[in-house]
Amino acid sequence: MSLQIPYEVTPRLDTGVNNAKLGIWLFLASEIMLFGGLFAAYVFLRMGAEAWPGLEIPYTGEMATRADQILNVPLATLNTMILIGSSVTMVMAWASLKMDKFSKYKLYMGLTILLALAFLVVKAFEYGDKFDHHFYPSTNNFLGVYFVLTGLHAIHVTGGIIVNAWFWGPGTKMWTQGTAHDKAHFANRIEVAGLYWHFVDLVWIFLFPTIYLI
Amino acid sequence: MAHEMSLEEVKKHIRVYLLVFGALAVLTVVTVAVSYLDMPFYPALIVALIIATVKAGLVAAYFMHLVGERQVIMWVLISAGAFLIAMFALFISSYADQEQIALISHAVSLSHVA
Repeated sequence: MSLQIPYEVTPRLDTGVNNAKLGIWLFLASEIMLFGGLFAAYVFLRMGAEAWPGLEIPYTGEMATRADQILNVPLATLNTMILIGSSVTMVMAWASLKMDKFSKYKLYMGLTILLALAFLVVKAFEYGDKFDHHFYPSTNNFLGVYFVLTGLHAIHVTGGIIVNAWFWGPGTKMWTQGTAHDKAHFANRIEVAGLYWHFVDLVWIFLFPTIYLI
Repeated sequence: MAHEMSLEEVKKHIRVYLLVFGALAVLTVVTVAVSYLDMPFYPALIVALIIATVKAGLVAAYFMHLVGERQVIMWVLISAGAFLIAMFALFISSYADQEQIALISHAVSLSHVA
């Protein structure tokens, strides 16, 4: 006996979409407000700041006048490329299922997970470097904004890795041992996981220039 | 829309995905290159936000299949966007207001001295 959620594959007549898709978009709408609230806080703190970033440049002792004198732009650029790349592999994973090529799906989903892990490794090096210079979230508003926004984003990346790893490993039973209906259901799940993953990429697209470059 | 896609359509989409990837990579390089021009704050901010918005639009339109998506999804997004703008307006107007309050209280304190 299992609870059957209606309209998991076929679109509902009134909304025109399946329930999972409407559900993930409602969740993403709430995510827009979550990140939007923190962005608003960033704007507010920066408008009122006497100096931004308001820190001494390591080794020189001069006051920094730009965020890129404190933050590592080359590493963040690399991470931007990694995340964009993982969005492409994610959408290719879904397209592979649509073309009934399961081994390609495994390849692309595996790549998506590896790229996401690479993003976190780069991020860890970045944070480690900040800590070495005694730059902590509590040091000043600039670092508070930097750590909270990039940290919340990194938590979202971690969540994506967990979900995608499930769909790469044990979750594939729905496809490999399932009926045609189950396969369609699985492809929808990957599309929905993909929508979340692209949103995480989208947030980074705004975080990178506004925190590192401006 | 996406769940009714035929094999041919999926193949056509893959070409688009690769083109979008190329565009996103180029725009990332552009946004970093522009930051090295050392423009004044506001022009730099506007250029960075324009590039970021174009990139985000490409991701949303093609990777998230918003092109051709159902109206109900559009309304979810439009309402989220409206609330986001309202929230920013609240923050910024309260900041502007704070300056007004400071000016008024300063004027009051001056009148007391006189």
